[in-house]
Amino acid sequence: MIPRIPLGAVLTCAAFAANAQDSAVARSLAATCANCHGTDGRSATREVPALAGQPKEFLVSQMKAFQEGKRPATVMHQIAKGYTDAQIDLLAGYLSAQKK
Amino acid sequence: MKRRDFLKLAGALSLAGCAGTAASKARVVVIGGGYGGATAAKYIRLWDPSIEVVMVERENVFTSCPLSNLVLGGYRSMDDIRRGYDGLRTHGVQIVNDEAAAVDAAKKVVRLQRGGDLTYDRLIVSPGVDFLFGEVEGYVDAMNSGRVLHAWKAGSQTVALRKQLVAMKDGGVYVLSVPTAPYRCPPGPYERTCQVASYFKQAKPRSKVLVLDANPDVMSKGPLFKRAWEDLYKGIVEYRPGQKAVGIDPGAMAVKLEFDSVRGDVLNVVPPHRAGDIAVKAGLITHNNRWCDVDWRTLESKAVKGVHVLGDSTLSASAMPKSGHMANQHAKVCADAVVALLNGREPNPSPVMNNTCYSFVSDKEVIHVASVHQWDAGQGTLLPVKGTGGVSSARSELEGQYAWAWAQNIWADMLS
Repeated sequence: MIPRIPLGAVLTCAAFAANAQDSAVARSLAATCANCHGTDGRSATREVPALAGQPKEFLVSQMKAFQEGKRPATVMHQIAKGYTDAQIDLLAGYLSAQKK
Repeated sequence: MKRRDFLKLAGALSLAGCAGTAASKARVVVIGGGYGGATAAKYIRLWDPSIEVVMVERENVFTSCPLSNLVLGGYRSMDDIRRGYDGLRTHGVQIVNDEAAAVDAAKKVVRLQRGGDLTYDRLIVSPGVDFLFGEVEGYVDAMNSGRVLHAWKAGSQTVALRKQLVAMKDGGVYVLSVPTAPYRCPPGPYERTCQVASYFKQAKPRSKVLVLDANPDVMSKGPLFKRAWEDLYKGIVEYRPGQKAVGIDPGAMAVKLEFDSVRGDVLNVVPPHRAGDIAVKAGLITHNNRWCDVDWRTLESKAVKGVHVLGDSTLSASAMPKSGHMANQHAKVCADAVVALLNGREPNPSPVMNNTCYSFVSDKEVIHVASVHQWDAGQGTLLPVKGTGGVSSARSELEGQYAWAWAQNIWADMLS
């Protein structure tokens, strides 16, 4: 006999799987920042700003400013242009949720 | 290895029989504790603590190749570029201080030099490069007698080369021979040129840096390096492209070229590279008898299933340098894929990586090259994104501060 599983539980499982995939993509994108900005955006130096716990809108707006040349930079204007809007949204969401 | 030690290790790692302890989901073995291996070990534990990670590393401390040229210039000490492995242990990474001697991919076993086998569910191989000494006649004998050094792996040779530079008389010639690309750290030879020239300028100004480059031109940041040589080291640096070293004449203290021979007081000849020895022994080499091709979505070897290759040993994707920063990025894509595969999920179908390489052209001033690489489904590889990346507009002390901060953060990212 096939056990009856409540529909809600099935949906929750499916949602969890999709969520796990999305959050894995987000944390992987954020991890590409960590070489310079520290693991999960917690910088070990004063020279390079921490990204952990910054508001998501702020992180997105700064990446846009780098892409458009509106914020002066040594290297970030060259890096920011390599990420899509969707990728920036995901990595900013992940970093904003990290503890400072 | 003493029997008592072996039993202790066997107990700690459950060497015999199945991979992974009862409590762990699976065991990943990582060969090499450099920029690639250490990062992969840490991130697998960060992203799934139920996976057992065992890292095999022959050294007790990490020594960074990036920034090691500053030791040659006299601006940093070896201690400045070394970090311990204790931070990885706090993440639950088990570190075996040994060398991997062989891999049996069919049985999923790594054989250790000092004894004992490690079983694995997935293996990550990140051994850096080894040298094709045979391509430079007389190299090994000359190296063993101290007449020639490469100092292209940071460590005892870095210290030895610095000593030779300090002992050299004013008016002497330091010869740096650069191998044909691809080699580890494309801008490295030209940064080294600047560092040694900076030291000579200050301590022995009649001396010369003679660069013999097997390549047709400076391989990275060319205009910025040439500008620094012209502005800062005029009369000290001489650059000769298209000069491939084929032998060493230790009696004459000379580097033999194809049609010529060049004498020097300090001979720093960097031989051509290939993937690290264990990659050869494990059958991971796919190209030109030198490099390991991988699937860039997982870093899994195209030659051996269940084995991933990171860092300098890989057959580089388009415009991807062999750098510590890049190896760290390889490691994170690999860690994510390994965690996904061991949890029955599909790996990320479209990974992204970036690179930033800083070079010190003096004690304080720095230049960079940067790039971003996105997965291209059509070509099935990572490609540099058009219109992105680039180099510094000019050398600056501000980037000097960023370069040192980069080192602190990447060392923490891989080891703390």
